[in-house]
Amino acid sequence: MRRSILLASALVTTLALSACGGTDDAGEAAEGNTEESAAEDTAADGGALTVWVDETRQAAVEAAAEDFEAETGAEVELVLKPFEDIRADFIAQVPTGEGPDVTVGAHDWLGELITNGVVAPVELGDKAAEFEEVAVQAFTADEQVYGLPYAIENIALIRNTELADSAPATWDDAIAAGKDAGTKFPFLIQSDGENGDPYTYYPFQTSFGAPVFEQNADGSYSPELAMGGENGEAYAQWLADQGEAGNLTIDTTYDIAVEAFANGESPFIVGGPWMLEQFSDLDLAIDPVPAPGDEPAQPFVGVQGFYVSAKSENALLANDFLVNYLSTEEAQTALFEAGGRPPALTAAADAASSDPIVGGFREVGADAVPMPSIPEMGSVWAFWGVTEAGIISGKAEPAEAWNKMISDIEGALDS
Amino acid sequence: MTDLQHVADARETSGDATPPPDERRRRAARRDESPAGRYGPGFLVKLALMAVIDAFGVYVVWSAWVAESWVILGAMVAMLAVANWVYFSRRTVPMKYVLPGLVFLFTFQIFTIAYTGWVAFTNYGDGHNSTKDDAITALLAQNERRVEGSPSLPLTVVTDGDDLGFAVVRPDGTTAVGDADDALAPVEATVTDGQVTAVDGWEVLGRQEILERQGEVTDLRVPVSDDPNDGSVRTQDARTGYTFKPTLVYDEAADTMTDTVTGTVYAPNDDGQFEAADGTTLQVGWRVFVGFDNFTTAFSDSRYAGPFFQVVVWTFVFAFASVATTFLLGMFLATVFNAPIRGRKLYRTLLILPYAIPGFVAPLLWSGLLNRSFGFVNQVLLGGAAIPWLTDPWLAKFSIIAVNLWLGFPYMFLICTGALQSLPTDVMEAAKIDGAGRLRTWRSVTMPLLLVSTTPLLISSFAFNFNNFALIYMLTGGGPRFDDASVPLGHTDILITMVYSVAGLDGSAPKNFGLASALSIVIFVIIATISAIAFKRTRSLEEIN
Repeated sequence: MRRSILLASALVTTLALSACGGTDDAGEAAEGNTEESAAEDTAADGGALTVWVDETRQAAVEAAAEDFEAETGAEVELVLKPFEDIRADFIAQVPTGEGPDVTVGAHDWLGELITNGVVAPVELGDKAAEFEEVAVQAFTADEQVYGLPYAIENIALIRNTELADSAPATWDDAIAAGKDAGTKFPFLIQSDGENGDPYTYYPFQTSFGAPVFEQNADGSYSPELAMGGENGEAYAQWLADQGEAGNLTIDTTYDIAVEAFANGESPFIVGGPWMLEQFSDLDLAIDPVPAPGDEPAQPFVGVQGFYVSAKSENALLANDFLVNYLSTEEAQTALFEAGGRPPALTAAADAASSDPIVGGFREVGADAVPMPSIPEMGSVWAFWGVTEAGIISGKAEPAEAWNKMISDIEGALDS
Repeated sequence: MTDLQHVADARETSGDATPPPDERRRRAARRDESPAGRYGPGFLVKLALMAVIDAFGVYVVWSAWVAESWVILGAMVAMLAVANWVYFSRRTVPMKYVLPGLVFLFTFQIFTIAYTGWVAFTNYGDGHNSTKDDAITALLAQNERRVEGSPSLPLTVVTDGDDLGFAVVRPDGTTAVGDADDALAPVEATVTDGQVTAVDGWEVLGRQEILERQGEVTDLRVPVSDDPNDGSVRTQDARTGYTFKPTLVYDEAADTMTDTVTGTVYAPNDDGQFEAADGTTLQVGWRVFVGFDNFTTAFSDSRYAGPFFQVVVWTFVFAFASVATTFLLGMFLATVFNAPIRGRKLYRTLLILPYAIPGFVAPLLWSGLLNRSFGFVNQVLLGGAAIPWLTDPWLAKFSIIAVNLWLGFPYMFLICTGALQSLPTDVMEAAKIDGAGRLRTWRSVTMPLLLVSTTPLLISSFAFNFNNFALIYMLTGGGPRFDDASVPLGHTDILITMVYSVAGLDGSAPKNFGLASALSIVIFVIIATISAIAFKRTRSLEEIN
């Protein structure tokens, strides 16, 4: 019996040691710092870079990574993740050292990523001037740039040219044109039921002069609510009036609105380039969102880009990949073709704008404002949409509900 | 197998005792006699399995060593030692069956509970995401600024044997070289395509060598001049350098951060943040133990006082109503289909169908069906009525219980069917002989016997529904909101969805995992107490048997 234990443990140890040896090699090769393993494993010559991407961007990043691999000998490992998981996973995993070197992300995560210390600044240097101004601005916090932007997205008014032949100048024009068209809906705008959709409604709100936060001179936001007061109340009153008139309803969810527009049930829909796939057999024009108030209707701009982990052991490689390979016109165009969102690099955006649809969204985006990336925005979303939906459905008294929302948000920000 | 091994052992001992006639034959004899007892196919399979497990274990240990997570390392070593001892020892037969279960219990239950308990006493969450060292590194990185108007310098990484240095081409075309100790000084160098390719006294590093030492390269700061206020050159890609100046400096001895522009000194406080004398804090903090703070803040925020009471009441109502409705319907159907009816099997199969739909999908499906304007229920079944199934406070509560009834009755139906079929027939006959009617038999014999076997399941069902996060989250999201509350909570929120919102996990506030853990523990205590009391009460039922 004793001998059986000895024999077994000897066998097990051998096996384990060989397994250990195997992983040992792999691990060190990944770090690329032992001569031995580097000699054994040519792929690891230039080090290895882990990049988190989502499905829509995978192919384009892969293409850029191939060039990078060929020129530098580095290895780029793409990890496919659902876009909505990336933010939380990145924050949770970077401190453990298990996170990626680079991840794809949206600019409005920036505030949270910075407070959690998981994102490293990226020096774009002179390249910064080659990007659309709003794109770099969106990735800037406290004068420091934290990512490489690659796409800009914003909503606009999508018009079915068969049902309405010209762009409406004002909200009333749009409703009149919609009623003339004789379709089921004069105007379509999505709302997530009782949760509302303040993102899609935001251009209406800005036309009343009620932006969500005070904006600093450099375009960044300060955590001072600016949507209260008379202007905010005027917007709330407008929501209530339009809800009562039946022009706005909270029942048209995204799916319902998109399907109705695709079926030609309305000449207008407020939406972004991500909807276009469903409208492929319609003849479309992209116009600015018609303003119900006196000021221009400015939608939010969302910028997508790549972040570098604060704890990346391959920071040099990561920055090289972003600044010198993903910032090329070729790479940005490939990303545009994969995701359908106008590129952040001006040269690539100019080329992409030859398509009137892309150009139309870009033109509307030129007057748009970046979505606030400060962490305080989370508290705003929680109250904003529900209040708007309540006002539209006639459940709540407009001015009263709006002012309660302002004080609730302020309460949440103070706590 | 153990018996066989004993026999083999006995033989071996006797063989050893007798003097060997011939060394060779003895060995051959042993080879012949041992396979049955020791090296049979079973043993080899066991050996192979253990080898795989040990290899995996050693891999984990090694990974833990590299990642410096000593707890995992220690736990893994202990588990490996125990596993090897249990499976290669003969005295541990019962453990051989129990060990896998125990291991899973430890990794998936005990560890999770212990970790939750640990987090509950820290301020882990947004702004306190990692260690102090990480926070300091992040703060320093975030506050190193490019000197305004400084040029971008085409840069080459060079070495003088040990130390690294930078060779740069200045905008006027001159070249300079320097390292961490010596500021950039003009030097003669060969420049090709605007980049230094050779310089006297220094060796130019190739791309491979740079990548092997990339940590050193990105950490290197080469002063622009002898005056530290001019900043220093650093590079992020080993191709271009920029002049940077830190706006925040960490003093290791004093453990303070100093803003070089304003001169403000920040010292660490008890909350895991650097704090200045006037109370302003730097934005990146770190995890610290906060004692019972999470438990007290959970109950001291006055904004939650009103809604909290409503949420607790609804949680109990919901959990109780869910168990009661599903059990009554399930038991009723089970009794009905316990009698021989034509097509009984088909009905039974159909009744179990809702149980086959994943608990995540069904509520989503129902939220679509119950939509006020476009839902199937209103549009088709009710001929275009606009009933606010999910948006009226009372109807939403009703819908939730109804959907949970649809989801939950097949389970109760199954267990009641099983329990009914295993009821002893002699007791029934006895009741019949005593002249009891059907109803009386059911009330006095069937029902109590049924409860004996199903009560533990009812208690666990109560505990499950008390925390039925998926149903609420997917069906109503807690809505419709309380009109009079100042927090994002609604009429159908139960305790666990409230925790999700309070702790900011839904994105409505900065995330606070510490608070979430503390509140989960509170909920656990509530459920544990109720279950314990209920189980104690059920003992009285068992006495019927």
